[in-house]
Amino acid sequence: MKRFIGFIKKEFYHIFRDRRSLFILFGMPIAQILLFGFAITNEINNVDIAILDHSKDNTTEEIINKIAASKYFSIKQMITREADIASVFQKGQVKAVLNFEKDFSKNLIKDHKATIQVITDATDPNTANTITNYINAILQQYQKELNKDIIIAYQILPQTRMVYNPELKSVYMFVPGVMTIILMLVSAMMTSISITREKELGTMEILLVSPLRPFQVIIGKVVPYIFLSIINAVVIVMLSIFIFNMPVQGSLILLGLESVLFIITSLALGILISTISATQQTAMMISLMGLMLPVILLSGFIFPISSMPMPLQIISNIIPAKWFIIILKAIMLKGVGMQFIWKETLILLGMTVFFIALSVKKYKIRLE
Amino acid sequence: MGISISNISKSYKNVKALQDISFEVKPNELFGLIGPDGAGKTTLFRILTTLLFPDHGTATVAGFDVVGDYKEIRKNVGYMPGRFSLYQDLTVEENLNFFATIFGTTIDENYDLIKDIYVQIEPFKDRRAGKLSGGMKQKLALSCALIHKPKVLFLDEPTTGVDPVSRKEFWEMLKRLQQKGITILVSTPYMDEAALCDRVALIQDGRILQIDTPKAIVKHYPKPIYNVRSDNMYQLITNLKDYEFNHSVYPFGEFVHYTDSRTDFNPTELQHYLESKNLKNIEIHETDATIEDTFMELAK
Repeated sequence: MKRFIGFIKKEFYHIFRDRRSLFILFGMPIAQILLFGFAITNEINNVDIAILDHSKDNTTEEIINKIAASKYFSIKQMITREADIASVFQKGQVKAVLNFEKDFSKNLIKDHKATIQVITDATDPNTANTITNYINAILQQYQKELNKDIIIAYQILPQTRMVYNPELKSVYMFVPGVMTIILMLVSAMMTSISITREKELGTMEILLVSPLRPFQVIIGKVVPYIFLSIINAVVIVMLSIFIFNMPVQGSLILLGLESVLFIITSLALGILISTISATQQTAMMISLMGLMLPVILLSGFIFPISSMPMPLQIISNIIPAKWFIIILKAIMLKGVGMQFIWKETLILLGMTVFFIALSVKKYKIRLE
Repeated sequence: MGISISNISKSYKNVKALQDISFEVKPNELFGLIGPDGAGKTTLFRILTTLLFPDHGTATVAGFDVVGDYKEIRKNVGYMPGRFSLYQDLTVEENLNFFATIFGTTIDENYDLIKDIYVQIEPFKDRRAGKLSGGMKQKLALSCALIHKPKVLFLDEPTTGVDPVSRKEFWEMLKRLQQKGITILVSTPYMDEAALCDRVALIQDGRILQIDTPKAIVKHYPKPIYNVRSDNMYQLITNLKDYEFNHSVYPFGEFVHYTDSRTDFNPTELQHYLESKNLKNIEIHETDATIEDTFMELAK
């Protein structure tokens, strides 16, 4: 036991004396969570649009006022010719142009029908889609106001309700994802690097020719990172609660326990990476390419798994991060307890046991 | 409690690193493994320290088999690899403390064993190991390898890259350690260090050329050997190599070591030959063979 504590003490010296690893450990999580929380968002706010009003009557003015009054759009300029539409898009000044037809009001009264052309810049398809939806919503609202005295014979009124995230805040989606990425990266990359560093510097040779058992070396490497990752997880949850008002509906204790489980999964992966790479650089590349990319692309963090092609959906099942994100969302947003996430927890647990068994088996007690 | 090696062979892909090596290191002996880079010294060390499996043959260290009893060996030997292998970001004291702890002992417990060595680096005990000079690094590495009072000490090229003064000190320390009852196997590419061992094995291309005491090795050199010197050393070597009766010509410090292929060699004859080649200040006199001469002769 004394040997073991001595080993862990040494690991802490390594971590606290290396500015780079300290930065990755504590700087990166905070930077990432702030970046994802503030900068990267699917919501639209104050989108610049242009208006081409061929009729300039009361109705168009009312519509324009309604749009200008919403927080989503700000009217950047009024244009007068069709030819200008292309040029404002090319200059990138606006994301959308509303084109009111000639005699808009007159047509509406006479033919009960008038058209607005909504042209959006679809270089960013998601934003274009959202803009179109929002404008449609405003127009429908206006239409309802116009028809309020008239009774339409058949009416279907959809009543939508968005549960768990009624304001559709994207930060609710990013926090679980970012937490997953950070825990995975810190745990897996840092352990694999710290084990391969011993190989690279030749100190592994001395550790092997000592009474330390392989599992003591491995656990000794892992314990400091469990502590540091738990601190990281706490920091992330605090940041998301206090800065982004992210709710934690479920039990904090359950959240903590699940996080520890995922940290151990990642550490086991890190050990596995270190057994197959000889240098710190390889370990880092494998961690970054082999873990980061799948976590971002296939875990359901950014792209919904249900809309992926079948083969990718199947592959996504072997990515631990997918299960952890499901668990996190369930606890933080839905507030459910163990009875709803035991399956995911069991899968993570199984993966962890598998990775640990594999790395103990692959860990070399000799140099070859 | 010594080392016994019998018929050890080891290959890496196409390279035969060790070919049928057998020898014994007696208990409490200071044994030198002398040979150039790539001779197989490090491979042999790694087999004996249980880091590599031999392809063939068996070996025991302090009575334990290197394959079967590897756990026992790992408790009872001290190993100092060729490359400086301590934690550069830990201080001198932290390194020593760490190695003491993982071997289940403390610095105080075995302080008398490392005292001679450690006092020299103790003034720098708060300095990071990476910031030490080459000689001090070696002293620290030796202290770390000794801290658990090993029965057998393996030192793989401990003096490579160390200045001559520190090298001399280092060997004096080894002598003192030997007096404390530790069996020491040390490898070196420096032939002059061989004379400081009890016995040496000359090794090249994975084969043992000769095993004996340094004195006996030198004594068995088959020919009289001559120190030759002149004003132009480069030309001297060329001329000697062109000389029809030369047996061997090796530059050796300020002289050239020359042996002749004839049994009735007369130095005056050589003097005349060199003079005819316009060399000045020629000196030729007989000298004692060194381990290096023996090595070159055997490796021929």
